[in-house]
Amino acid sequence: MSNKGGSNLNDTKANSSTKIEPSNAQPEIKQDNVLTLEKSIVDKLVSEFGDKIKIAYVKPLRVRVEVDSSDVIKVASFIKETLLFDHAESVAGTDYPKGNYIEVVYHLGSYTRDELAAHVLALATRTSRDNSSLPSLVNIYKSVEYHERETFEMLGVYFEGHPRNDRFLLPEDWADIPPMRKEFRIKGR
Amino acid sequence: MSTEFSNETLEKNSNNTGLQIVKESEEDRLMTLSVGPQHPGSGHFRFTVKVDGDYIVHCDPDPGYVHRGEEKMCEYRNFIQNIPHLERPVIHDSNNITYSYSLAVEELTNIQVPRRGQYIRAIASELNRQVYTLYWLAIYGIFLGHSTMFMWPTGDRELFIDLLEMLTGARVTHAFNIPGGVRNDMPVGFSEKCLRQISYFEKRLVEYENIFYNNPLMRQRTEGVGLLTKEDAIKLGVTGSVLRASNTPYDIRKAEPYDVYNEIDFKVQYMKSCDCFARAYVPFLDMKESCYIMRQLIDKIPQSGEVRAKLQPNPKGPAGEAYRRVESGRGALGYYIISDGTPKPYRVKISVGSFRNMLALPHLLVGAKLADMPAIYWALNYWPVEADR
Repeated sequence: MSNKGGSNLNDTKANSSTKIEPSNAQPEIKQDNVLTLEKSIVDKLVSEFGDKIKIAYVKPLRVRVEVDSSDVIKVASFIKETLLFDHAESVAGTDYPKGNYIEVVYHLGSYTRDELAAHVLALATRTSRDNSSLPSLVNIYKSVEYHERETFEMLGVYFEGHPRNDRFLLPEDWADIPPMRKEFRIKGR
Repeated sequence: MSTEFSNETLEKNSNNTGLQIVKESEEDRLMTLSVGPQHPGSGHFRFTVKVDGDYIVHCDPDPGYVHRGEEKMCEYRNFIQNIPHLERPVIHDSNNITYSYSLAVEELTNIQVPRRGQYIRAIASELNRQVYTLYWLAIYGIFLGHSTMFMWPTGDRELFIDLLEMLTGARVTHAFNIPGGVRNDMPVGFSEKCLRQISYFEKRLVEYENIFYNNPLMRQRTEGVGLLTKEDAIKLGVTGSVLRASNTPYDIRKAEPYDVYNEIDFKVQYMKSCDCFARAYVPFLDMKESCYIMRQLIDKIPQSGEVRAKLQPNPKGPAGEAYRRVESGRGALGYYIISDGTPKPYRVKISVGSFRNMLALPHLLVGAKLADMPAIYWALNYWPVEADR
């Protein structure tokens, strides 16, 4: 029996006389307005992947990278291992019926590198609306697990390699198309 | 003695008595318990746990009982009409959930907020942080069996609600932040009343610490329970007090200061012990720091000036996208808004702290004792309505 998260009566020694000491050392966060860090991130990505990636924009604290779904695992691993963006904040799927595609954007942030604390890197990839399927990033970013599951049920994008492409927020008896697709209309609207 | 009750002995005996003996399998040892959604101990959130004796061996969260489709609703209304329904997921922290929405819309439509408006926004946001954290602390107290800790914060929360009522006109759902500033200016006498309340509340915080955080029973139930190491916290991508309790000083107000927060002197509150006690104590430290922030905001606010920028009837900007975050009571709260150039957003994605922290629940509960479940679950600062959106 693993006792990873649990307590044991013997090793929990509550001692109310010890003073509670909050930590005091503060993180040093620098910011600059000439986009040096943003550009260095872009340079590293471009030198590694060349024309496989497309830099959509470089704004203060925000960079957006677009990749083909076949390269998304390689690019995501590079972003995590080399650029040290260590967690995903959100995964947003958007339906574009006019272009007949669904776009999934991963917003990645960093807790480990102080200078990246303010930065968010958006990694975008696309799949067709008819046979929506993307490789899952759950083996690289554990934090996308529930976000991808939500995207699956809300947009019908199947994530290959995800442990559970399953109902999450919707009712158990939901028998309609994925509700975030544009052809799903709210009644009366 | 032990062989007397073994399966073989029972089988032998059953031949004589004619009784059917069913062997115990590994699955039979486990019992599945459903927690919520009706039970107030989980607050509109259901998860199932499998227990082996006292220990939890499996946990499966099942959210969605208060899913309202906020993101879909946003696509049918214009940027201003979206504000009142967007604060419904966290009515106790409504100024923070509309704050990052306003920041994102301002970036899309290129609106500048007047200085006085920025300060009033920050004051309202800090007041709401106190309201939310006091509500959470009351619930945490009652689920550890400490009824005084339920009564005191609920009573003190009322005073902050009175202040917000004076400022915004509504007690809980304010719809106060709008793109371009805030709805109305501070009423006369608000600053004085606010300062009086802060002085009173700072004295109360000392009493909270004495009665609750220094209580040996509370310490016994939380210290060393539900350890979330720094590496795991980063891997799971948790945020807010859960992250800061795991020795990671990360606060959006410091990491990416919005509006006036880069002019305010404050410290990121975090702890190194990584257990439930740290997760319960970091929000308390936040409340203390928030009092300090509010004093500065009231001191530094420009004495006159506009509080909101003039808006077009249907504000719209060029096609584009924005991702903005603020630090709410439950951690980073981000909005990803895509605009196609019309007054209605094309897509709104709300990235909320509760949804991100939910991933830590199975991680912490598996291997823990069932009796530790309330201490672990409520220390996650989880707000089911916000997670479901």
